Amino acid sequence: MAKPKLKYNSILQREVKSRFIKDKIFSGIVITLSLITISPIVLIILKLIAKGYKQINLSFFTETAPNTFQAMEAINSGNVIPGGILNGITGSLFMVFLASIMAIPIGLLVGIFLYENGTKRYANIVKDITDILQGVPSIVLGLISYFWVVKFITNGFSAMAGSFALFIMMLPLIIRSTEETLKMVPDTIKEAGFALGVPYHKIILRVLIPTGLSGLITGILLSISRIIGETAPLMLTALGSMSVNFDISKPTSAIPLLIWQFYNDPNMVDLIWSSSLLLMFFVLALNLISKQIISKRNK
Amino acid sequence: MKWNVEKTTKTLLFAASLVIIIIASGMVLSLMNGSIPAFKEFGLKFIISTEWNPTEGNEHYGALPFIVGTILTSVIAIIICIPLAFSTSLFISELYRGTKVASIIGTMVDMLAGIPSIVYGLWGFYVLRPWIIDLGFNSQGYGIFTAGLILAIMVIPYATSISTEIMLMVSNDLKEAAYSLGATRREVIFNVLIPNARSGIFTSFILAFGRALGETMAVTMLIGNANIIPKGIFDTGNTMASIIANQFGEADGLKLSSLIAIGLLLFVMTGLINGLGKFIIKKL
Repeated sequence: MAKPKLKYNSILQREVKSRFIKDKIFSGIVITLSLITISPIVLIILKLIAKGYKQINLSFFTETAPNTFQAMEAINSGNVIPGGILNGITGSLFMVFLASIMAIPIGLLVGIFLYENGTKRYANIVKDITDILQGVPSIVLGLISYFWVVKFITNGFSAMAGSFALFIMMLPLIIRSTEETLKMVPDTIKEAGFALGVPYHKIILRVLIPTGLSGLITGILLSISRIIGETAPLMLTALGSMSVNFDISKPTSAIPLLIWQFYNDPNMVDLIWSSSLLLMFFVLALNLISKQIISKRNK
Repeated sequence: MKWNVEKTTKTLLFAASLVIIIIASGMVLSLMNGSIPAFKEFGLKFIISTEWNPTEGNEHYGALPFIVGTILTSVIAIIICIPLAFSTSLFISELYRGTKVASIIGTMVDMLAGIPSIVYGLWGFYVLRPWIIDLGFNSQGYGIFTAGLILAIMVIPYATSISTEIMLMVSNDLKEAAYSLGATRREVIFNVLIPNARSGIFTSFILAFGRALGETMAVTMLIGNANIIPKGIFDTGNTMASIIANQFGEADGLKLSSLIAIGLLLFVMTGLINGLGKFIIKKL
């Protein structure tokens, strides 16, 4: 009697065992592939630090980019390339600032509009168009800004044109994050306001915006981190400049534009790493700050 | 007459929404308007012509090499992206759900998403390209495959974050029911998780594909910039975005119009792909 049962058990055991082994192998593959996925971030950051730290000094932040002869002389005599990327830093900040003062108010208003009219047909169309805008390749936005601003408004490459391209890029990001944030504000708070007879604009200013403030700020920071590294649209619009420029109708440099310029100039190649390191620092800092805000809110 | 704040607020909000409509429709009109000369000269043949000849007097432009280049690089990117993004989402949403490891991996994926295209391009040029040369795929290291590889790294975080969200939405009851019947984790993933999240996971790859189509800088730096139809995946080529970035500076007249026409085609392609993705997501 006992014999067949034992046999059955051993088959069962083998079957169970093979299932467990399969499970282990599968987990192993998933973990390995996940580690491969994240390895580039480590490799890229290490590479940027290893190659870029040498060039980071005070003049890197206070002087404009050297010309190719200065760089060549420095390389030939074994020195660090003189100068810095001040024109890129100021240009990036300037254009991001211009894009922000256009995109933030309009983005917030449209976001509030979508939140308030979410179920209506027109609002849904606006929502779909916002999604389409978000998917438009940044180089196409550069083309558009070239047409509208470079050709018609500033009659030449300009900071205005660059920031307009960044503005169109930023707008859908802010709209969607505003709408998502406001959706999380409990209706009861809003209704309490209405019940007290508070007018509509005060509900927005005193209830919706303060309650969702951390979410709104996060959305804005993340959208800035997305546009600050953009290169392609700026190539068609802001072009670049060797000096610091705060005139919206003149060509302006930006950190990514300088990286592109250094990349194409054999004498300046050493500067690409430090410039990229600084750009990455901006992007990651914005990301980490917004993560911090989110986790604080969730507590 | 008393100034009606209520009404002004509503009007203001509505006016802001019009800005979106104006920008989007203006964009389409401008692109169409700009590409009229090219389509007038070459007709619809512009799309299927393979010649790109800027010699004056003998100018001829066709978009096919770039359409092929764009699709090839993006397809390679998605093929590489699928197993990696899928595994990473499983790692975060299933294997190590809610643990510290998962949140670290998630943060690193977000960081990957934040790296600017030009930095990916530099890294690809100075790190990835020598590897491709060492592996003996081709002597210069440039080409469709190299560009596809860097695109894969760029779109993986995008696909991963959408897939992860979808997988986290699969009801725990279903999974627990399967576990209680003695299913292993692999069996739960294949018999419960995937069937339930299938269309969402699929969509994440469609949207990642749409993202890959329009990437510019990294591709421009790695694809080798040859205006011909690539003969193989290790051949050099150009994508729609990279030809615009490369040639826009010195373009005018018919060439400029042709580049804009390519921009219009790219706009339509990404619009269709993204629209398809959004459509499936809405149905979920």
